[in-house]
Amino acid sequence: MSDDAGAPAAPPVPSDEVAAAVLERFPEAVFADSHGQAVVYVARSAWAEVAGFLRDEQGFSMCVDVTAVDHLLDGVRHSPSGVSPERFEVVANFLAPARNRRIRAICEVPEGEASASSLTPVYPGANFAEREVFDLLGIVFEGHPDMTRILMPDEWEGHPLRKDYAPARVPVTFKGDPAPR
Amino acid sequence: MIRDLDPAGVGRLERQTDEGAQELRARSREAVLPGGPWPEGLGDTMIVNMGPQHPSTHGVLRIMMELDSEEVLRAKAVVGYLHTGMEKTAEELSYVQGCTNVTRMDYASPLSNELVYSMAVERLLDLEVPQRAVWIRMMMAELNRMSSHLLFQASNGMDLGAVSMMLYGWREREEVLRLLEMITGLRMNHNYIRVGGVAADLPDGWQEATLAAMDLVEKGVAEYDALLTENPIWLERTVGVGLITVEECLALSITGPVLRSTGFAWDLRKAQPYLAYDDVDFDVIYTENGDVFDRYRIRLYEILESAKIVRQCVERMPAGDYRTQDHKVTPPPRERINESMEALIHHFKLFTEGFRVPAGETYVAVESPRGEIGCQLFSDGSARPVRMHIRGPSFYNLQAMGPMVRGGLVADAVAIVSSIDPIMGEVDR
Repeated sequence: MSDDAGAPAAPPVPSDEVAAAVLERFPEAVFADSHGQAVVYVARSAWAEVAGFLRDEQGFSMCVDVTAVDHLLDGVRHSPSGVSPERFEVVANFLAPARNRRIRAICEVPEGEASASSLTPVYPGANFAEREVFDLLGIVFEGHPDMTRILMPDEWEGHPLRKDYAPARVPVTFKGDPAPR
Repeated sequence: MIRDLDPAGVGRLERQTDEGAQELRARSREAVLPGGPWPEGLGDTMIVNMGPQHPSTHGVLRIMMELDSEEVLRAKAVVGYLHTGMEKTAEELSYVQGCTNVTRMDYASPLSNELVYSMAVERLLDLEVPQRAVWIRMMMAELNRMSSHLLFQASNGMDLGAVSMMLYGWREREEVLRLLEMITGLRMNHNYIRVGGVAADLPDGWQEATLAAMDLVEKGVAEYDALLTENPIWLERTVGVGLITVEECLALSITGPVLRSTGFAWDLRKAQPYLAYDDVDFDVIYTENGDVFDRYRIRLYEILESAKIVRQCVERMPAGDYRTQDHKVTPPPRERINESMEALIHHFKLFTEGFRVPAGETYVAVESPRGEIGCQLFSDGSARPVRMHIRGPSFYNLQAMGPMVRGGLVADAVAIVSSIDPIMGEVDR
């Protein structure tokens, strides 16, 4: 278990050639083997740069998915050694159809500065996904052409998938309901 | 005339090298991707809203279109009208309850949602599923692909004015739904594929019922083929309409039949096999032109490929357990609860607290009828996920609408949206 207390072991050597190439180009990146899948934890400052590298030099022509997670209330925080965990993580899944390979990139996003550079200029397909992450978790993607809400109404306050957003904050009302007791 | 329906002949789909289509395709290549600059120097144009309650928008999709008379200059999809916070709900539900939630996302193919969710949880648990469960899952996924594509044939026909097609599509879909009801107990939102296997074993007489349904569906597909594929009115409405290229599809994260219509035979069942797909014989259907017609016939012939897989499942269904016997994950049989204290405790723990999943994260993807459906799961070691994200293929595929619609007519926009086959429950989640 990599998240156990005790002396952290040296970061694992990538068993995946793509991850090895990413680590060679971005030495601060950390490799993790997540149940047989290759994952690279990259610095927030290099986020879009890594995506550009994957697309232009590694043949990852498709960004399959972008999403994010709020780790505020985690019981056990799973984080490989060498990564300093922050509250949010932005996750992007890339696919190289010609090589039939996948790789996942994760970047840590601090609570005080919930932003990351947008992947949309590199992968236009990340457009909707980044709007969804902004809408539901309040992470701003810099350089996105249309950083607006996508699922919630435009005038909505707060970001529902944050762990400190109380569910059932807005009472459900029905037509002809008696006034709340 | 009923054409030869041997689906092995993928090459025979390559036709339609009409000059008009080529020209439109060249224009579509130049189209600006969403987020890029809008065309300059617009004259007397009009902004029109289509939906969110338009019958051809498949639920509650709203399309904002800028029109110059009948020509669409640009279009933007506005979504979120069906957003019910299902990913937030998933964080409140235990892993046991999670299937009930995800099955309601893509309501036209609920079993793909259950499958991808269960596979993601199983990966975090490092759980092996018995072979019989694997094959049952594969058969159910294919049956669901058939019902989903039959629904597409019906609604696509209706959108383009072929109302009789709507009736025929519903007719055959009903046969498949009846079969799903016989096996799972429900017509939709089955909650059948669960973590560790499936909810129940196949009922008595499932082989005969399945084969009878396959015969009916194959007969139906031959009828649709005869009715539409060479129908001049149908060709007029669909050939060369809504063109998109491989490069655009890859850049815009488009998967499924829309991607395969551009000449790229990418299907996760073949490319990255899961379940037992590398054990069965089937073909990936793809075409070269990337228009509405191609997307129609890809889905039509995929029904036959699914029938082929289902027939192999009937023939080769392995015996054994239909779910894992690990009682930390699977509830004990009802009869055991009356006689075994341990079984009672397991049952009680499973349905009150659920099972704990080791901390970690994973992404699992399968091929749904609409493309790659993925589940990104984060666990902190408790019985509820920290985050459960579904990568809905419809959500991403809708991004193709803008480039496809550009430069076409309003009536073509209806055909194009229909050919993307978006399910709004999955888009908005």
